[in-house]
Parts: sequence; C-alpha cells; structure tokens
Amino acid sequence: MTTTSPPQPGDLSLPARPGWPDATGHFGIFGGRFVPEALIAALDELTEAYEAMRVDPAFLEEFARLQRDYTGRPSPVTEVPKFAAHAGGARILLKREDLNHTGSHKINNVLGQALLTKRIGKTRVIAETGAGQHGVATATAAALMGLSCTVYMGEADTRRQALNVARMRLLGAEVIPVTTGSRTLKDAINEAFRDWVTNVETTNYVFGTVAGPHPFPAMVRDFQRVIGDEARAQVLEREGRLPDAVLACVGGGSNAIGIFTAFVGDEGVRLVGLEAGGDGVGTGRHAATITGGTPGVLHGARSFLLQDENGQTIESHSISAGLDYPGVGPEHSYLHQIGRAEYRPVTDAEAMEAFALLCRTEGIIPAIESAHALAGALVLGRELGASGAGGRGGEPPLLLVNLSGRGDKDVETASAWFGLGEDAAPTDEDDRAVEEGRGADPGPGLDTHQQPTEGAVSNDQAVAGQDAGETA
Amino acid sequence: MTSRLAQRIEAAKAEGRAALIAYLPVGYPDVEGSIEAMVAAVEAGADVIEIGVPYSDPGMDGPVIQEAVEVAVRAGVGLRDVFRAVEAVAAAGAVPVVMTYWNPVERYGVERFADDLAAAGGAGLITPDLIPDEAGEWIAAAERADLDRVFLVAPSSTDARLRSTTAASRGFVYVASTMGVTGARDTVSDAARILVARTREARPGIPLCVGLGVSNGAQAAELAAFADGVIVGSAYVRELLEGRGADGVRALTADLAAGVRRAGVPA
Ligand SMILES: Cc1ncc(COP(=O)(O)O)c(C=O)c1O
Repeated sequence: MTTTSPPQPGDLSLPARPGWPDATGHFGIFGGRFVPEALIAALDELTEAYEAMRVDPAFLEEFARLQRDYTGRPSPVTEVPKFAAHAGGARILLKREDLNHTGSHKINNVLGQALLTKRIGKTRVIAETGAGQHGVATATAAALMGLSCTVYMGEADTRRQALNVARMRLLGAEVIPVTTGSRTLKDAINEAFRDWVTNVETTNYVFGTVAGPHPFPAMVRDFQRVIGDEARAQVLEREGRLPDAVLACVGGGSNAIGIFTAFVGDEGVRLVGLEAGGDGVGTGRHAATITGGTPGVLHGARSFLLQDENGQTIESHSISAGLDYPGVGPEHSYLHQIGRAEYRPVTDAEAMEAFALLCRTEGIIPAIESAHALAGALVLGRELGASGAGGRGGEPPLLLVNLSGRGDKDVETASAWFGLGEDAAPTDEDDRAVEEGRGADPGPGLDTHQQPTEGAVSNDQAVAGQDAGETA
Repeated sequence: MTSRLAQRIEAAKAEGRAALIAYLPVGYPDVEGSIEAMVAAVEAGADVIEIGVPYSDPGMDGPVIQEAVEVAVRAGVGLRDVFRAVEAVAAAGAVPVVMTYWNPVERYGVERFADDLAAAGGAGLITPDLIPDEAGEWIAAAERADLDRVFLVAPSSTDARLRSTTAASRGFVYVASTMGVTGARDTVSDAARILVARTREARPGIPLCVGLGVSNGAQAAELAAFADGVIVGSAYVRELLEGRGADGVRALTADLAAGVRRAGVPA
C-alpha cells in the first residue's frame, strides 16, 4: 500500500493512481506481455498513444463530454433497504452502472478505446464478447464514431445471449460465432487475437476487460475507474463516511477494478470480488479463477487461471456468460497476493436467488453477472451481523455493490431457471383463452413461494385486470 | 557450448542448400502416430523436426494446426509424451527442437523442463508467445542446460527489436514471413525477403529460418534463395488430417527436400 497515498481525513479529492503496474505492465509477478512478436509493435503503439492521450486536455474534455451526454454519467447510487433486509442488518448501496447507455459498465471502457482508435488512425475495431455487453458497447461506439466493427462471440454464448447478438447486428457490427474449443469467451479471445495479428495495420483490438497483455489491464482500469471515483464521492457526500466494504463480480475483472481503484488506498474499506462458482467450486464446474486456480499464462499475461497438470486451460462453467472465463485480470491476482482484496465464489443458485430477490423487492432486474455481487453482499452482511462487527461508530455495516449491468439480456436464462419459460410462453390454449376474453395465463411468476404481505390480497384472490369493471 | 541447431543448418549450407525444418505436433492422430510421422520426415530428408507441444489456446495457429492439436489436448497428451518424441527424432538422426506456447513449460517448471529436455536429447525451444523481454528465467535455465532458444521476428518488428531479439536468440532465428497465423498460402510474400535482409543486418551470422505459409517444393526453393532454413508446418499437418499418414509425410518431405536443394529462383 506504500505506493498509493491514502486520502487525508476530510479530503474529498480523488485518490491517486495506484503505483502498479510498472513501465512494462507488471503487477508484481503478474501481467506482462506473452504474445507473438508480431503484436509487439501494435502494443507499443497503443501504449505510447494512450500515454499521450491520457493527459491530453482535448481528449479529457471529449471523454468527459461523451460520458455525460452519451452514457448518462454520473450513474446514481441507490439504497436498497428491502433487499438489504435479507443481509443481516447491513445497509446496501448500489452503484447503478445498469443505467448507463447500452446497459452496463462496458461502455466506459469502449468510448475511451474508440477515441484511441481514431487517434492512431485505424478504421476498424474488433472485440471479443461473452455476455454480449462488451460487444454491444463496442458496436455502439463504432456506430457513433464511424468505425467498422467485428465482434467474436463463442457460439454457446450467441445462443444464451441472443438478444445482444441482435442488438450488435442492428448497430451494424458483424458478429462471428466462434466454434472452436469451449465455444465461449476464452475462444472468442483467441479468434480476436488471430484476427488482430493478421489485420493489425488497419485494425485496433478493443479489449473488453482488465486482462490481456500490457497496456490493456492498466488502460482499461483507467477508463473504468470512473465508477469508483464517482461512487466514493457519492457515498462520502450522502453518508459522510466511506463504505465498510465494496463488492463487485469478477469475470475478467473490469467492473471490479473500476469500483475498487478509488478505494485501494482506503485501508479500512474491504474490497471483495465475487467469482462465478457455477455448480460449486468442489464440483470442478465453475469459473472461480482465483479461488480455484493457480498462476500461469493465458491470453497474453501471467495471472491466476484454471488449468490442468499439463498447463491446458480448463473450460469454465457459469450460468453467467460474462463471468464464464477461466482467466482473470493480473491486477486482481496481485491484489489477492498482497492481501488487499479478497475473492469469494458464488454459485449459480446463490446468484439466481439474489437476482430474484432484487427483482421482487426493489424493482430492478440485474444482469446475472451483477447478481453474483448481490449474493456476495447478502452473505457478507449476514457474516458481519453475526459476528457483531458492525460498521464504524456502531452504525450498521455499509456495503457498496457495483450493479455492473441490467438483466434484459438474461430474461430467457432466468425464465428457464425459474421454470417460467413454458408457462409464460403463449400456447394454443392461451389463444383460445384470449378469444374467449379470459386473458392468457401468465404463469406463476416469481412470487409463488413468497409470503403475501400482511393484509394484502394475494395474486390468486385478486381480480384480474380485465374483469375488474364487472365486480367493482 | 555449440548449438546443434546452428551446426546442422551450417552443414546444410556447406552443401549449398537450405535446411528443411518440419513441424509436427505430438499426439495427432495419437502419440505413436505422430512419432511415426516425425521419423518418416527424418528418413525422407528433414534436417530438423520442430516438435509441437499441444496447447488448448494456440493463439498463433490457424485452423489446420488447431484441429490436430485439439485432438491431442483432449487426449491428455503432455510433456512426457513430447520427450518421448524428442528421443525418437534424435535416434532417427535429425535435430529435435520443441515448439511450445509458454504455459505448459511454466506449469511443468522451467528448470525441470530444461533438464528433462536436455536429457531427452532436445536441442532447445521455439517460443511463439514468449518474447525475450519476459524470458529471463528461461534464458538462464537454457544457458545452464546448454539449450538453444529460438525467438521469433515479424515484419512489424522495429530495428531495435530485431537487434534485441536476435541478440537473445541461440540456434536460429524464426523469421515469421507474414503478419498472421500459421496456414498454407498461395504465395510466399515479399515481406519474407525484406525481413530476412533486415534481420541479417541486425545480427549477421546467426542462421535465419523462414516459416508461415510454406507448403510445397516450389515455395521452399524460392525461400532457399535467401534463407538458411525453411520451416513447414500446416502442410505436414494436413497430410495427417487428410489421412495420408506417414506415406503422405514422406512424399511431402521429398518434394520439400528437393526444393531446398534447387538453386532458388528469386521471385
Ligand atoms: C453486466 C456485466 N458485468 C460483469 C461482466 C464481467 O466482466 P468484468 O469482470 O470485466 O467486469 C460482464 C461481462 O460481460 C457484464 O456484462
């Protein structure tokens, strides 16, 4: 922690940039550049252009303007007391990246890299995508800035995130389903690198997370740190104090680094990354890279990864396409190694429970990725409550959760998980029902197992809307 | 302390020809079949066998090599099988050099890998995703075990990088002739000739072998006019993928071996 200066009491200004990585992109033993020589010139060009752009007032002004007028920043902080009622007495604040244009934090990074692409005079961008959010964001920025755009997406993901495939195509991007390997994000990254090495003269690779070779981990962090910079000031302003813990889901790790960075120097603030535990880390079917992996080299950097005894990457498993990745950004491996951040697994089932709870209690449908962070907050809140370790000054613990994206893209997956799909889909029976004026059966909905609020009318007692006039 | 790779390439030069380097991955169609194919290539005239370590994420390889390697990865082929192939190639009389993405070596342990490769009779390592900047541990281990380290140069390499990369290399320098991944191409690009000339200027004397895209004797002859060695990969793997086995490998080698012996006609 010696390389960041902790903010002074009462100092609301932004904390300094962390002292890592070093000039060649190393976070301790992690990071670096493990790529074919053919890409080194492009990576050097990017690094140099980025270092110049980063401090260029014209860029900073344009970037700020886009964030404000296009993305809709700053994103608000929302307290969710009814959700937090399940968190052992903790209070929970959400940083609302789901409200950004395109629906997730990914747009923050992409606008920066698209401006950089124009600055280095390239006309085509490529991207990998898992959940499709980074692909949608890249397609959006490409449309905005007049760049042509190709997005690589694992074939398995094109199916579970079909909505986002359609969005990318509407935005004018070419979506290439990748059919090699596990047909998910890791293979999409391989294909994107192959494209880049072949077309590097015209093409910039807009990498979607804080992984990959230097300068991507540091550059993407810089573009995403706006999340934590804003949130830290917002929490200080409304609460007069810092949160006790900051939580975020970790796929490659960009939304987590984005919200962590401002707090790294605040020693009293716990930083908690939630990894995708899939069926459970013990089953081997998961994507909890730091919890269940070992250090190695994948996709251009040294970091934790899921690998077998031969050094082959093990396929990851998660209900969440955006977290279904067997690697993780090198800065997370470093924060784990130095003990500054902790990483915990959240199973599919725990994430989906938190997903449903937020929908029902607060009227917010989160991305399934973000639901992992929500589940982590429920657990941490209960732990803090049970141990009597409250927040500062005897107040309830205050948890800040990065709600990295909204759940529109996940509606099908969630419907299938909760068994809503078949009941909710229109059937012949429904058509007849509609003709007879009874209305279609909407299916049980999520609340069949919930206790009705006292004194309230339950769904099956209530008069259906279309009949209301007859009985009133 | 002399490089066996450099010696073999020099010996070819003394015969007035370029060396022929054949790439084959261990484990396709299976370990035995791949070793048979390597031995067939040696018998038909390959000077050096580039023995490929199967890897789950071969970012520098095109579809042909990916397809074969995926089979080997699924079968659990590992470095123990690779060392068997190294022994077989050495016994057959060619110089074995291992080609691997970095993670399998890091996982095995760099020191232990160097010892076991040297013990099996391997000459050294070609590392497509390990640049000298990140290779401190490997270079030290290779120095200690007297192994060659072959790094790559590319058309996009700056003169400064050509100097630092060739300075870190021993055995030969892998000249990646085009920007892109492995796979046969119709034409061997002009970029190869230019890059060979630039690399030679950066470090005169070290052998320069050209790879990426070479698939037949005519192309080999073209490259042999200015390079010290010709590296052929995907064309070999295709012989196996299309079921022609060791016989196909022998026929391809005969064509290529004749190519590197023809007085090359500069294109
Ligand atoms: C909403 C959302 N959150 C999180 C992630 C995971 O990425 P990262 O760990 O880089 O934030 C994704 C990736 O697609 C996403 O769409």
